[in-house]
Amino acid sequence: MSRLNVLLALVLMTCALTLINAQHRARNYFAELERLKKEARALDEQWGQLQLEQSTWANHARVETLARTQLGLIPPPLDRVRVETLAVAP
Amino acid sequence: MNYHSRKLLELHLASWRMATVGGLILAGLAVVAGRAFYLQGLNTDYLQGKGDAVANRSLTLPAHRGMVSDRNGQPLAISAPVESLWARAAELKLTTPHLMQLAHVLETSPDALSRHLQSKRRGEFSVQRPLTPEQAAKVTAMGIPGLYLRREFRRYYPAADVAAHVVGFTNVDDRGQEGVELAYQDWLAGRAGERHVLRDRRGNPIRDLAPMKVAQMGGNLALSLDLKIQYLAHRELAASIVANQAHGGGIVVLDAKTGEILALSNLPVFNPNNRHNYQPGPMRNRAVIDTFEPGSTMKPFTAAAVLERGLFHPDTVIETPETYRVGNKLVRDEHPHPRMTVTEVIQKSSNIGSVKMAMTLTPEQFWDTLHRAGFGQPPGSGFPGETAGRLRNYKTWKPVEQATMAYGHGISVSLLQLARAYMAFANDGEVMPLSFLKREPQETVGERVFSRQVAHEVRAMMETVTHEGGTAVRAQVPGYRVAGKTGTAHKLVDGSYAPDRYISSFVGMAPASDPRLIIAVMIDEPSGGVYYGGSVAAPVFAQVMAGALRQLGLPPDAPQDATLMTQKTQSDPIHMKGRT
Repeated sequence: MSRLNVLLALVLMTCALTLINAQHRARNYFAELERLKKEARALDEQWGQLQLEQSTWANHARVETLARTQLGLIPPPLDRVRVETLAVAP
Repeated sequence: MNYHSRKLLELHLASWRMATVGGLILAGLAVVAGRAFYLQGLNTDYLQGKGDAVANRSLTLPAHRGMVSDRNGQPLAISAPVESLWARAAELKLTTPHLMQLAHVLETSPDALSRHLQSKRRGEFSVQRPLTPEQAAKVTAMGIPGLYLRREFRRYYPAADVAAHVVGFTNVDDRGQEGVELAYQDWLAGRAGERHVLRDRRGNPIRDLAPMKVAQMGGNLALSLDLKIQYLAHRELAASIVANQAHGGGIVVLDAKTGEILALSNLPVFNPNNRHNYQPGPMRNRAVIDTFEPGSTMKPFTAAAVLERGLFHPDTVIETPETYRVGNKLVRDEHPHPRMTVTEVIQKSSNIGSVKMAMTLTPEQFWDTLHRAGFGQPPGSGFPGETAGRLRNYKTWKPVEQATMAYGHGISVSLLQLARAYMAFANDGEVMPLSFLKREPQETVGERVFSRQVAHEVRAMMETVTHEGGTAVRAQVPGYRVAGKTGTAHKLVDGSYAPDRYISSFVGMAPASDPRLIIAVMIDEPSGGVYYGGSVAAPVFAQVMAGALRQLGLPPDAPQDATLMTQKTQSDPIHMKGRT
């Protein structure tokens, strides 16, 4: 009888320790999840900012000014444009 | 080991001492028990609440406002996080040097700042929103108790003023106020979620207490606009308004096949990124919510009305005397010709010819054609505040009104409505529903306004407008056939026509053999000497049309010069004329 009690006590102890361990791991994973969520959010925000930055650099007005002033580009005059039509091969 | 048997160890205590000590111990126990009962039994809700308040928190999960982009994914409105400065009135302690320093960082006067900070005694309020990143760093470094930073999202508009009227803008609380931002507020805003968590001592969440309500992120929105065409349209319109010293103007570019609005711009305009000095005037999307009298751009509808009833043919000759009287109104032509065909009436924009055609119709017939073309009805673009224009009921028409309506006076339209109506000519008689959103072609079902034949006939007439002898030679686009109609209307000022103030317009389409684009241009009060639609609005049309056709890569349909025509073969290298 007392041997069974000792055995049960040991089983109980093991269960309790496992529970503690599981709880601890759950909390760790939860913290990890929270951190990753935060990171995802931060990356999302960064993505928005980068898109914003890209579109600011690629702003048509800016590109046009740079092309005209720094690179000296002009729209092609009409006499220098030739339209090619794709002839269907017979 | 019997202590009592030893004489020395025998207790000599008075029995009252035992009773006193025992009584004190019992009394202490009673106090503790009472206290425990008070805390656990009577006061438990309050204390539990206090405990939960520290450990349990419900967090709101903010929904990120969706992005607005053009049809190719170029961003037009993006939310980006910014810091803003908030204060908790109860904890706020601000010394004078701190106040001076803070005012300096925030670039306000110390007096105004101090008044603002002392205006509230309780709760939390915003001090400045948003802060620049540098300001945020400085404010944090000062460490003033009661002031804290809050992360908020601010809307940025990369295209700035170019697409401002269509996109609209949001207020500081991130709610749409104008344009698409207002029209699709619910879709863009999303819904904030909520979660209930248990927190540890440091405030980190350790466990979800209830299933969380997931935040529904705001949806992205792809508009029908094409930013390249939009920029082109905006730039050419602005250049023309400067050159013609005009008050303002508008331009609408429609896809004739799908009814999508590829570009829409008005001037004057505002910069939606700059929230200071807002004025209501420049914020109006005038092409959609304001009307004007269209003038001669209405004549193709007069022609269509008589053609579809078989009363005239494109080659029917009309006598056009120098003046023509309807009621007590004398109608004149700017450039009189004794007789014209119906085609020439459109080509040379004859008022008398149009009036004579319109007077062969009953008011109901004429009204019916105009009504079918969408005049007097909201164009259905979904834009907030779009106007229906004005087309009065035919029962109240007097003959003189029917006559003036034939050349576009006594009727008012918005520029968008006018462009939409021209879709009937461009799209073989069918008008597609307008859309500010990108859509797939198969979704659309058109509405038949004219028969295919009438649409073709009127389009052929409008093509002569841009030919030699027409009113809009300057609307020509090299390589393409262009159809269109000019309009020059006296401006209505306080209910009467101003003799020297005009609205010049041009509505056209290309390639005329199978139109893909419709562009409507309106210039308000050009005062640089020229005011005819063919000289003011048509060149803007030509520039934008040429650029847009090239952008869309549409094959030219005009019979080409022999010098420009080359048969491309496999071995033929691509070379530029003028370089070889």
